[in-house]
Amino acid sequence: MSPRTRELFGLLPASLLVTAGFAAVFVQEQDVVSTISLTYGAVFLGLCFAAHLAIRWRLPHADPYVLPLVAVLASFGLVMIYRLDDRFARDQAQWFVIGLAAFVATIVLVRDYRALERYRYLIATASIGLLLLPRIPGIGAQTNGAYLGVHAGPITFQPAEFAKIGIIIFLASYLRDTRQVLVARTRWGITIPPLKHLGPLLAVWGIAMILLVFIRDLGSSLMFFGGFLAMLYIATNRLIFPVVGLGLFAAGASFFASTVGHVQRRVDAWHHPFDDHLYNALGGSYQLAQSLFAQADGGVFGRGFGKALIGTADAPIVPAAKTDLIYSVIVNELGLLGGCGLLLVYLLLVQRGFRIAVLARDSFSKLLAAGLATVIGLQVFVIVGGVTKAIPLTGVTLPFVSYGGSSIVANFVIVALLLLVSDRARREAAA
Amino acid sequence: MNGPLVRTFGVLLVLFGVLGFFTAKSTVIDRSKLQDNPKNRRALLEQQRIARGTIFAADGSVLASSRKRADATYTRRYPRKGLFAQTVGYDYLLPGFAGLERFYNGALTGRTNGIAGALKRLQGRANEGDDLRTSLDPAAQQLATQLLAGRTGSVVALDPSTGRVKVMVSTPGYDPNALASAKATRALNTAKGAPLLNRATVGLYPPGSTMKVVTAIAAIDSGQYEPTSVVNGKSGVPISGTPLNNHGGTDYGPIDLTTALTQSVNTVWAQVAEKLGKPTMRTYMERLGFGRPIGVDLPADERLASGTYCDKRGRRTLVEPTSDCVDIGRAAIGQGGLLASPLQMAQVAAAVANGGTLMRPVIATRALDADGRTTLDNAPHVEGRVMSRASAAKITAMMQKVVQEGTGTAAALQGIDVAGKTGTAEIDIARNIAQPWFIAFAPANAPRVAIAVTLEHIVGGFGGTDAAPIAKAVMESLLQ
Repeated sequence: MSPRTRELFGLLPASLLVTAGFAAVFVQEQDVVSTISLTYGAVFLGLCFAAHLAIRWRLPHADPYVLPLVAVLASFGLVMIYRLDDRFARDQAQWFVIGLAAFVATIVLVRDYRALERYRYLIATASIGLLLLPRIPGIGAQTNGAYLGVHAGPITFQPAEFAKIGIIIFLASYLRDTRQVLVARTRWGITIPPLKHLGPLLAVWGIAMILLVFIRDLGSSLMFFGGFLAMLYIATNRLIFPVVGLGLFAAGASFFASTVGHVQRRVDAWHHPFDDHLYNALGGSYQLAQSLFAQADGGVFGRGFGKALIGTADAPIVPAAKTDLIYSVIVNELGLLGGCGLLLVYLLLVQRGFRIAVLARDSFSKLLAAGLATVIGLQVFVIVGGVTKAIPLTGVTLPFVSYGGSSIVANFVIVALLLLVSDRARREAAA
Repeated sequence: MNGPLVRTFGVLLVLFGVLGFFTAKSTVIDRSKLQDNPKNRRALLEQQRIARGTIFAADGSVLASSRKRADATYTRRYPRKGLFAQTVGYDYLLPGFAGLERFYNGALTGRTNGIAGALKRLQGRANEGDDLRTSLDPAAQQLATQLLAGRTGSVVALDPSTGRVKVMVSTPGYDPNALASAKATRALNTAKGAPLLNRATVGLYPPGSTMKVVTAIAAIDSGQYEPTSVVNGKSGVPISGTPLNNHGGTDYGPIDLTTALTQSVNTVWAQVAEKLGKPTMRTYMERLGFGRPIGVDLPADERLASGTYCDKRGRRTLVEPTSDCVDIGRAAIGQGGLLASPLQMAQVAAAVANGGTLMRPVIATRALDADGRTTLDNAPHVEGRVMSRASAAKITAMMQKVVQEGTGTAAALQGIDVAGKTGTAEIDIARNIAQPWFIAFAPANAPRVAIAVTLEHIVGGFGGTDAAPIAKAVMESLLQ
């Protein structure tokens, strides 16, 4: 069976999931099984089929499992958001279409992704610019103490979602060039990179810290820096880099945790989510406490689609249910089993990313694929870890599942890049 | 480069394992802890989707009902406003629930077990609560509230033969409908006079001379005294080493127990109690329900124990009447650390009224589901025998004298024999502040109502003039 046929068959279960999910929500809400759920399933399958055709045309050798996995995640998100609020589901469906368009555009326009290397400094500068955009007065927007959004006309977009792609491209390219010289000097058994090349590395650390202080976004900061360390380690195969890097990050983070009010509150809320003062404080632990209550309500098997309590007419009890806390709602309705199932889908997607990196022939491709896969994995860790009280809660989106246009579009671009790398790698392997 | 790639993926694998573990922690390991967290209002919110049953008064009028809102949740309405506030309680999202609403939450939300419950779930009517019928009498309750006339206090009246509570007033009151709003709830929580408290069951006051009925029961039923037994009633008798005076310092000389109750002679009853001894006093107090939270159908934290209290490390602590710190002579006249709730003192009157048999006080009679099936039946329950029928008859005769010619004449009813006892506990002698009491039952030969009335901190207050008239009017209303 050709990889593309396998991909096509893989899309069927995802479409069935959409159909079944909408049917379940309809039954719960109106006591009717309407044919609309079938329509939604068919439309979803049609859209995925379009993406499949684009891949078949441009990237015939690409990994066949990535698109079906993404489709499963997206269907999860669409059904969940529809169940929470059908108006937002319509928006999300539009963003899903735009995301698919971005996906197709990427694989059609980027004929050779290695050409991106030539623009690496431009890409890096643009990415940092994007990151700082929300702090520009007039267009920047603050939510829960973090500067994440930018108002561009009628829509708000989150530049960090796009910046992360640019920074990974830059790092992959930069590390490919310097990976040899970084490890050239060893003293007392410890690898000490030359000062000239250490500078840019420290600069990346600096960017992470700037993110923390100026954007006040611990989640994105952790994600960027984690991705950077993973790429540095993969490029050099020296454990000393991630170890020292983690130490520096921890030092910086703990320093800012005690000096920057926003970060400190998040850490306090994490330690004592049920403390009266923190619970009632604006931007305090209310969100985390409600997240834990929602999950406890779900138990092992969950309450069933559409049956979880989100709030009453006058009091929403799960705040940010469709964005930050969507994982809690999923666990509430589908239980521990549903939550772990979702995590497994993400893990499989990350695994495909690493598989692509292993198969790739050149360092740039390997680093790019591994970097993108790591960032997806870390993003899931940051938000799911946050809502389950494994780490302090910071708002990043759950890729493909949370409501939010920027996130969907950016993640589709990431998937497109992964498939571009995969197609070349498997074509070369087959040749 | 493939080695570090695999190892990096390994790290991510571990991180996902951590996520799985923490999801399991909140859904399985810490589940019940999270569900019981007081900040977790999910159970209450779920309840808002249930049409709670209606609570009815004895005359069939509605005390609490559910109203459907636009979002298919229900909210509670109390048509009688503050009339039964602390007894019926409330059920709202923010303050939670209290009173009967809380005690009978299971029935009111229809969470009945057994065949009826299973049937209802099969019919898809799981969110229909059961109705609750009570023995509360709105007319008498209204009258009692009016007669308290804005003063802080409590009136409890019940049927001594069944224990059914007819009147349970606690002032100041509040309008439970107001608790739907967060602001009003906060205001009520800190309001002067603590209106949310049900003084009938958690108000602990020195019962003063009404306690002499308890002492009389112990004296007569133990066989050590007769109503005709003579004791010296001079003022200034040393009790526990300190001289005790009669009201106004009156020297009564040798008098019998009937006269000592009629004239409420402190020194006689203090001496009787010292003679009977702490163990005998304890026996009768325990039989009457002292020493443990009063057993009425209200939530556990809305019922306190009457009995002997001592200061232990600065904290008021319930102790056995036999404890060394108890001055039993003064406890016998309702002072010296003896504290009692109005419902407890109504129970004392009821025990005598019911021929010595104490019934368990109950407010709700039954719960009925939508099809009229009884899902809960509070049949009268005998708490225990306090004294013999003969002893009860003797005490009744003594208490009748109090109303006929003693301190309680203000409670006398036209054509109906009333048995009662006044009480005036000294709160602040220097400022002449007292706690007036009156306990009674009627008709004396076939009692249908037992009552306790008390008022907090009345300047120059006296049981016979402040509490007895209220008892009289409420009994009259209930006997009609």
